[in-house]
Amino acid sequence: MPFTAKSGKFNASIKAVTIGTGDKAITIGGENVLPFYTFDAPIENAPKVGVEITDFGMENEPECIKKYYEGCTTLAEIAKKAASFEGVDFLCFRMEGGDPNGANKSTEELIAALKEVADAVDLPLVVSGSKNVEKDAELLTKAAEALQGKNAVILPAREENYKTVGAAAGLAYGQIVGAESSVDINLAKQLNVLLTQLGVNASNIAMNVGTATAGYGYEYVASTMQRVKAAALSQNDTQLQMPIITPVASETWGVKESITSEADIPEWGDQERRGVDMEVQTAAADLACGSNAVILKHPTSIATISKMIKELI
Amino acid sequence: MALKGLDIFKLSPKKNCKECGSPTCMAFSMKVAQGAVDISACPYFSEEAKAQLSEATAPPMKTVKVGTGSEEFSLGGETVLERHEKTFVSKTRYAAFVCNCMDAATIDAKLSQIPAVEYERISEKMYVEMIYVNYAADGQSDYVELVKKAAALGRTMVLGCTDVEVAKAALAVCKDSKPVLNGATPDNYEAMNQVAKEAGVVLGVSGANMNEIYDTVKALEAAGNKDLVIDTTGATIKETFANTVQLRRAAIKDGDRSCGYPSIVNLRKLAKGDMHLQSALAAVFTIKYGSIVVMEEVTYAEALPLFGLRQNIFTDPQKPMRVEPGIYPINGGDENSICLTTVDFALTYFLVSGELERSGVPCNLIISDAGGLSVLTAWAAGKLSSGTIEKFWKEQDIESKIKSRKLVIPGKVAVLKGEIEAKLPGWEIIIAPTEASQLVKFLKDM
Repeated sequence: MPFTAKSGKFNASIKAVTIGTGDKAITIGGENVLPFYTFDAPIENAPKVGVEITDFGMENEPECIKKYYEGCTTLAEIAKKAASFEGVDFLCFRMEGGDPNGANKSTEELIAALKEVADAVDLPLVVSGSKNVEKDAELLTKAAEALQGKNAVILPAREENYKTVGAAAGLAYGQIVGAESSVDINLAKQLNVLLTQLGVNASNIAMNVGTATAGYGYEYVASTMQRVKAAALSQNDTQLQMPIITPVASETWGVKESITSEADIPEWGDQERRGVDMEVQTAAADLACGSNAVILKHPTSIATISKMIKELI
Repeated sequence: MALKGLDIFKLSPKKNCKECGSPTCMAFSMKVAQGAVDISACPYFSEEAKAQLSEATAPPMKTVKVGTGSEEFSLGGETVLERHEKTFVSKTRYAAFVCNCMDAATIDAKLSQIPAVEYERISEKMYVEMIYVNYAADGQSDYVELVKKAAALGRTMVLGCTDVEVAKAALAVCKDSKPVLNGATPDNYEAMNQVAKEAGVVLGVSGANMNEIYDTVKALEAAGNKDLVIDTTGATIKETFANTVQLRRAAIKDGDRSCGYPSIVNLRKLAKGDMHLQSALAAVFTIKYGSIVVMEEVTYAEALPLFGLRQNIFTDPQKPMRVEPGIYPINGGDENSICLTTVDFALTYFLVSGELERSGVPCNLIISDAGGLSVLTAWAAGKLSSGTIEKFWKEQDIESKIKSRKLVIPGKVAVLKGEIEAKLPGWEIIIAPTEASQLVKFLKDM
């Protein structure tokens, strides 16, 4: 008696969102099955992998990242190099220097940096802010303006600043609004509802439903993503059908397992391998739980995750 | 078919003897119906009634026990497909791979690597719990000798061996440690079943595809063996993922008990030497239904993220993860370093300790017992107050352990400042920012 599996295909599907323009444009979402369940129905748009660079260039990066950018001095060169890594589908520029509690760079300075990066590469772009809601409201509005016509994702529109960021990115300049909430399905949904009420087209929204490093409260991330996908697919909840983009590198390269040097804890072994494995495992878990795109940093991680996606789709 | 509590109650002895641990037969019947306890916990059910009920009340997925003593592990027994629906009960176990096809030096290196990984994380000892000892017919070293060597490490073993005679010889030296015999195939399952039964070990079933596996499982069940695990490893990563997910789903969602066995996923066959790809796949199969995940090697690079991920995924969603209360020195903090206090909710601890580490400032993080709740919840529930802090200070005798008299309290409970000052005379109480992410700047500016 042969094994007969029942299909787990759903009648609803995740919204397909296209990022970027021209040949290099990518589409995420569109599937009507759980992550990588190709045995239920084909998944047309494989999850995508992005590379992250920041306005600090190589200044704050660990040695094991810097070495891949040897010889790059300007942001444009760094962006070009990042775009050349095997497996990169899009580029994420994070303007972390804008944080008033950090370097507090001016909006003008950061937008100039953003333009330099945008002009250097033809990959689809994701722009990420400073983590400070007030600064981001101004910064991301300008970023949306500067990238007009690029069909970029403006990542953190949050509950506190969605009106400004959402209106600029989604209404005035025709970009994709990245709705960020922190590991709670209800907050994720509420933000999507607010953004659509504001007039943003539901198919121009992508979500970041929260992120964490494996081992650091990751159960909340896993369950939020799984519940979002379950609601979107099995209950046809149209306010949760936006594809999910998850920043990974900015989390994983901050934990001690990734950054402690081998000299400090010899038994842990090579630091680069540890950092990559932390990034790779977190990204793989994100994808298995429902992320449609992940944002990474180390070229080996990018190549590995890209290979894994190809194998599974 | 799911039975109702009342149906079970009708067949129960109705003695209310409490020997099963439940106050009444009715309560016991209800628990059996929910799958919370097994019918065999009652000594007075008639054999006939038991047989009638055990079939109907058996959980959708079998719990299989392997190993002995402190190294005994339960595999399977899951009742849901995603952790938030209830909880996952049996953790994924990782097995390091050795094979008699390796030369002696490689084998020794591999085996010595296994005990090298050992550490504690949130009250859980992390180590490589299993060893997968593979048999290759053209192997250069003696398989039974390899099994003996591996057994000496005291880990639970999985014998990957499809040769009936070799398996018998290997079990002769290690069956008391209750290894898994991953050796049944459509061709040899009858003989292999005998070997496993005689040795009293769990039998692993593999096949070229799902149909072969399914038929073999059915045949073994017909032969009376339900102590099985299924090797879902296929020719490709995609096929393996499909096998593993479809089996689990058929068991739990569609109630097909012949699919309800724990799985073995052999990443060594899939990652083909790409260690980072192996790492990625280990994470995927931890989330999606791998019971035993076989890895070419488990060094700290693989282990640190993987054991952390597993700890997260297999935690009970209804019980918050807690860290042990106590003093945690950070960045080489000593008795003269500034103290900070927060609650024992694991997520809070990790966020705060992560930021403190980033600051580079030597300090002591003092975690008091707040019932595993977050700062505001603990405060609202009375588990974080000047009283609880005073009590904790006394219990732990903090004043004799630490000379610094500066204490930073969470910004969210700034209202406690005055009360704590009154309860801890001599201490300077400082209010932290409300978000952990602001701690780095806060400490550097101090």
